[in-house]
Amino acid sequence: MSWFKRVKEGISTSTKDKKATPDGLWYKCPRCKKTTIKEDHVANNYVCPHCEYHHKIGSEEYFHILFDEAQYKELYDNIISGDPLEFVDSKPYTKRIEESINKTGLRDAVRVGVGKVDNQHLVVACMDFNFIGGSMGSVVGEKIGRAIDYAREHKYPVMVISKSGGARMMEAAFSLMQMAKTSAKLALLGQEGIPYISLMTDPTTGGVTASFAMLGDFNIAEPEALIGFAGPRVIKETIGKDLPKGFQSSEFLLEHGFLDFIVPRTQLKDQISTLLYMLSEKKTRQRKEKIEAAKSEA
Amino acid sequence: MTTFDFEKPIAELEEQLEKATSIAEKGKVDMSDSITKLEAEIEKTKKEVYSNLTGWQKVQISRHPERPYTLDYIQGICDEFLELHGDRNVKDDKAMIGGFGTIEGKTYMIIGHQKGRNTKQRQMRNFGMANPEGYRKALRLMKLAEKFNKPVITFIDTPGASPGLEAEERGQGEAIARNLLEMAKLKVPVLCFIIGEGASGGALGIGIGDRVMMLEYTWYSVISPESCSSILWRSWDFKEKAADALKLTSDDMLKNGLIDGVVKEPIGGAHNNPAEIFATVKKEIKRLTKDLRALEVDDLVMQRIEKFSHMGSYHEI
Ligand SMILES: [Zn+2]
Repeated sequence: MSWFKRVKEGISTSTKDKKATPDGLWYKCPRCKKTTIKEDHVANNYVCPHCEYHHKIGSEEYFHILFDEAQYKELYDNIISGDPLEFVDSKPYTKRIEESINKTGLRDAVRVGVGKVDNQHLVVACMDFNFIGGSMGSVVGEKIGRAIDYAREHKYPVMVISKSGGARMMEAAFSLMQMAKTSAKLALLGQEGIPYISLMTDPTTGGVTASFAMLGDFNIAEPEALIGFAGPRVIKETIGKDLPKGFQSSEFLLEHGFLDFIVPRTQLKDQISTLLYMLSEKKTRQRKEKIEAAKSEA
Repeated sequence: MTTFDFEKPIAELEEQLEKATSIAEKGKVDMSDSITKLEAEIEKTKKEVYSNLTGWQKVQISRHPERPYTLDYIQGICDEFLELHGDRNVKDDKAMIGGFGTIEGKTYMIIGHQKGRNTKQRQMRNFGMANPEGYRKALRLMKLAEKFNKPVITFIDTPGASPGLEAEERGQGEAIARNLLEMAKLKVPVLCFIIGEGASGGALGIGIGDRVMMLEYTWYSVISPESCSSILWRSWDFKEKAADALKLTSDDMLKNGLIDGVVKEPIGGAHNNPAEIFATVKKEIKRLTKDLRALEVDDLVMQRIEKFSHMGSYHEI
């Protein structure tokens, strides 16, 4: 049932997208090079129907995929970056932030939404790779921290969708301390028995991996995502040879015991929904009754 | 002893002093005047040089090959020390050491990165770059300290967590992340001292303390100046510029509210007078532990979590 609903939403979103996209009706998969009608691609949660390549998407798309009727309330969107170190590389950090805001329409590399997943409340903090490589500065740390606080206050489960190149160098040690901050907030959450789901998507590396991304009660990932602490280039330079095929992929992490499961994006909402139901016995009962009612109707 | 370029004026004066002293010792000429003058000049030059150090120069001192390492501090501070090994899973990581130590009748759990002095040792210690089992050993020892209600002291001195195939296979990210979360809620006082290099997650992985103290000539940041230079300016040549930009010195870190204090070093660095720095650090351990022991355990943990929760720089519009 929920699956049908989402397909419909997908179509309506894609109509909107179509108008905004000048290159028209077709999505060409960068991996298998096959084309798909754009609205079908969107309806398939931006997964290539031919080769299951997961197109990189942002917070807006994830919120649409996860939340019932694509309805959610955005939280803490008034927080924007400072420039604590007055950092200048090829351009001043303030200018970089300003340009990224203008280019992406985002305010930083994470957005927080609260809504319902199959009628169950969920707080979602979702990273946006488009914003300075999804790097973690003070805003990312603060918003994830507040998302966790919100979850504690309302007793809602919380999910963080990671997609990040790691630290934001222009905030140096401020960036580093966001690892401490988010982990400390999760320590508080854990003491209250509120579930935390960490979804890792391509790529999840550096300080994000070494903090909230790996601290889920449930660590899950999209297929074939790059997930690691040190970047592949750094490791390659260190060991002086090529990395084995599939190294630091979701499948590699599952094999080595660091993921609970891998979830294709087409099944993401159903799996999250099932998990949330299982954690609430009352809802599990209600769900069982619903399934039985549906069966007897049939 | 290794001297850096910026220390040359001092080295030259010291050489003159040595000559003057040896002439005086031979007893032929009265050199006492020039010796006194030289000694004063050396003091003055030292003050000048060491009070105007750039970020990069402090990074160099933090890596001085004769600088005391974790085991030197333990030896210099503890009455007794019993090293405890292993993470109970994979192996014993030699880049991360720990054990119970006593300081004036009180027992502490002391944990730290360990670097090596010569080529062989450096290899054995993996240059102070711990693997996941090192972070897991550190956590195991911290939980042990919690169980027996002993304060935890960590000595941080690492160029970073080890990057490599095995580190990734065994979950370097998970190991560090787990430490951050567990240290945040540890029910005993935690003191962290950055005694050399504080590079990124590898440093933070044993760095969640009630009091995080940087020794004067150390650095602490999200990346080394060299790597920062190579990423931002695509060359290793801008390390001085990167060191300035990162604001990685103890003074800057304190000013930005990211650490709790700076521990003054002997002039020119800890290696110039190890006994002095050991005494200073010992005094700090006693003072800070006493302060923290005065708190209720719940307040101690809450204050620690609150402290890290407030770190950040952002605007609300
Ligand atoms: Zn394809």
